[in-house]
Amino acid sequence: MANENQSVGLQEKTEKNIWLLLILVALALSVGGLVEIVPLFTMKSTMEHNAAPELIWQRQAGQALRDHKPGDGMRPYSALELAGRDIYLREGCYTCHSQMVRPFRDEKERYGHYSLASESMYDHPFQWGSKRTGPDFARLGGKYSDDWHRKHLRAPRSVVPESVMPNYPWLKDNSVEGKDMEARFKAMRLVGVPYTDEDIDVANAELAGKTEEDAMVAYLQVLGTMAKLDENKVYRE
Amino acid sequence: MDAAAEQKYNFDVVRWFTVMAVVYLVVGALVGVYIAAELAWPILNFDIPYITFGRLRPLHTNAVIFAFGGCALMATSYYSVQRTCGVRLWSDKLAWFVFIGWNLIIVSAVITLPLGLTSGKEYAELEWPIDLLIAVVWLAYSFNFIMTLATRKSSHIYVSNWFFLGMMVMITYLHVVNSLAIPVSLFRSYSVFSGVQDAMIQWWWGHNAVGFYLTAGFLGIMYYFVPKQAGRPVYSYGLSVIHFWALMFGYVWLGAHHLHYTALPDWTGSLGAAISLAMIIPSWGGAVNGMMTLSGAWDKLRTDYVLRFLIMSLAFYAMSTFEGPVMSLKTVNALSHYTDWTVGHVHAGALGWVAMVAIGAIYHMMTRTFHTEMWSLKLINAHFWTATIGAVIYIVSMWVSGIMQGLMWRAYDEYGTLAYTFAESVEAMHPYYAMRAVGGAIFLLGAMMMLINVLMTVTKASSEGSLQQARTAAATA
Repeated sequence: MANENQSVGLQEKTEKNIWLLLILVALALSVGGLVEIVPLFTMKSTMEHNAAPELIWQRQAGQALRDHKPGDGMRPYSALELAGRDIYLREGCYTCHSQMVRPFRDEKERYGHYSLASESMYDHPFQWGSKRTGPDFARLGGKYSDDWHRKHLRAPRSVVPESVMPNYPWLKDNSVEGKDMEARFKAMRLVGVPYTDEDIDVANAELAGKTEEDAMVAYLQVLGTMAKLDENKVYRE
Repeated sequence: MDAAAEQKYNFDVVRWFTVMAVVYLVVGALVGVYIAAELAWPILNFDIPYITFGRLRPLHTNAVIFAFGGCALMATSYYSVQRTCGVRLWSDKLAWFVFIGWNLIIVSAVITLPLGLTSGKEYAELEWPIDLLIAVVWLAYSFNFIMTLATRKSSHIYVSNWFFLGMMVMITYLHVVNSLAIPVSLFRSYSVFSGVQDAMIQWWWGHNAVGFYLTAGFLGIMYYFVPKQAGRPVYSYGLSVIHFWALMFGYVWLGAHHLHYTALPDWTGSLGAAISLAMIIPSWGGAVNGMMTLSGAWDKLRTDYVLRFLIMSLAFYAMSTFEGPVMSLKTVNALSHYTDWTVGHVHAGALGWVAMVAIGAIYHMMTRTFHTEMWSLKLINAHFWTATIGAVIYIVSMWVSGIMQGLMWRAYDEYGTLAYTFAESVEAMHPYYAMRAVGGAIFLLGAMMMLINVLMTVTKASSEGSLQQARTAAATA
C-alpha cells in the first residue's frame, strides 16, 4: 500500500514537471533498443564466420576482386555488381523481393540453403526485404542464364506470363559508363567494406561500355554464389 | 469563448496543418490506389520509370505516414497543447518554421522518390540532405511543444501531451540512428550499418515508426479529442497511466518480430515476440479507456458523425493490436511473413485506426478553428461509411490473399514435391489484388469527400466572416 502511494507520488511529480517527465520518458524509451541492438555488434555468435571462417574470402596480397571464384567466400561487390545493386535500390526492387531464405523445408526446396548473417555483411544497406510479391533472391545467382535475365528485365511476361512485374526496358538503353564508382568504393570502405587501394583504382574502368542492364544482371547473378555452404554443417542454432 | 480562444492561441498554424493533412490524405491514398492497381494490372506501369511500382510505393508510404500523418500530428498536437495548457504556443515563428520546413520535406520527397533517389531502407527512403532537414524540423517541432508545456498555466500536464512527448523523443532517437549514412554525392549515401545489424536497426525504426509515430502520437489525439467530442472525461486515469508507461517501455522492443527465422539471432526475435504478446494488455487497456469514455453517452453515436469516426478508430485499434501480437508468434509468422497478410495488418492500423482517429480530430478542429459548422454533415456521414467499407474490403482481401500465399508456398503434392510454382501463387492473387484496389478506391472516394467538405467549410467561414469576427471580437474584448 505504501509502495503504491509512493508510485502515485512519483507519477504526480512527473505530471507536474515537464523536465522530469522528459527524462523518465527518454530513459524508458532507450532500454529496448539498447538491449536488442548493442549485443548484435559485440556478440561473436551473431556472425557465423566467427565459427566458420571459410565463409569469408581469404584474400591474398595482390589478388584482385576478379581473382575470386564462386564459393571462395564473401567478398566486396565488384564495381559492375555494385552499380547493379545501386540500380536495384533505385528501382525499389526490395519492395517486392526478399533476400533472406528462412530455414523451412519448402524454402530450401524453392530457394536453397537458409541465409546466414555473414552473407550480407557487406550489404550497406541490407536488402532482406519484407515482402514476396515476387520470389526471394538470396540464392538467385546462376539459376537462370544472363540471356533469360535480360529478356525478363525488358519484358517479364514474355518469359513468365503470370508475372506482375513492371517492364524495365530503359536499363538496356542507359549506360553506366562514367559513374563514379571510385567514390562509392571509398564510401563503402569508410563503413567497413574491405576494398583495397587497387580495387578503387580500377573501379571506374570496369564499367567501360556497360549498360545498366549489364550491371543489374551482374548483381543478380552473384547473389548467393560467393560463399559455398555445407549442407551438413549447422551454422546457427 | 471561441473568439477569446482565437486571440489567445495560435490557430493559424493549426488551420494550415489541418487543411494540408487532408490534401496529403487524398494524395497519399491516390498513389496507394494506383500502385494497388499496378499489381492487379501491371500494364499500368506504362514503361515509365517514374511511375513504376518500385518507385511509387515508397512515395505512397512516405506520403501517408509523413505527409498526412505528420501534418495531422502537428495540427492536433499544437492545437491540444495550447488548449490543455491554457497558453499560446511558445513561439509563433518556430511554429511557422516547422510548417514550412515540413512541407518542404514533403515536396522534396515527391520529387526525389519517383526519380529513384533513395537510401534503399524501407520507410526511411529519403536521402541524407532531406534526412538532415527532417532532423532539424522535427527538433524544432518538439522544442516548441516542450517549451509550451514548460510555460503552461495548468498545474498538471494532461495525458494527451505525455503521448505526444513520448513520440517526439522516440522519433528523434530512431531517425538519427537509422539514418546514419556516409554520403557519396548529394543524392547518394550508404548506410553505416550492414546486414544483420542494419536489419535490426531498420526494424527497430520500422516498427517504432508504427509504435510511436502512428500509435503513441495518435493516442495523444485520442486522449484529447475523444473526451472533447463526447463531452465526458477520460474513463480511467489509472488506466491511462498504465497504458502510457507500458507503451513507452514495451513498444520499443517489438521490431525484432519482423525478423523471425531470418539470420537475426534467435534470442532477439524471441525477446521481441514475448514483449509483443505482452503489449496486448496495455493496448487493449487504452482502447477500452477510449471507448468507455463514452459510457453514459452512447446515444451520441447516433447523431454525432465525428464521434463515429473516433469510436470506429478505437475498434480498429483494438483489432489490429490483437492481430499484431498474434502475427508476432513464430508459428503464425512463419506463414504470414513475406505475404499480403502483413500488408493487410498495416492497413487495418493505417486506414482503420490512424486515418479514422485523425479524420475525427480534423473535423473537430475544423469547426473549432474556423468558428463555423462543417459545410455538409451528410458528406461527413458518407465519408464515414466509405472509409469503413473501403478499409474492410481492403483488409479482408489481404487476409485471404496473404493466407493463401503462405499456404500455397508451403503446399506439397502427394509425391512430396512442392505443389505450386511461385508464378502460380502470383496468378492466384489477381482477384484479391483487384479487390484491394477497389477497397482502396472506395476509401479514396471518402477522402475526396472530406477534402471537398473541408475546402467548402473554409470558403463558408470566409463568406460568413466567422473567422474574421472571431478575430476582431477578440481584439476588442
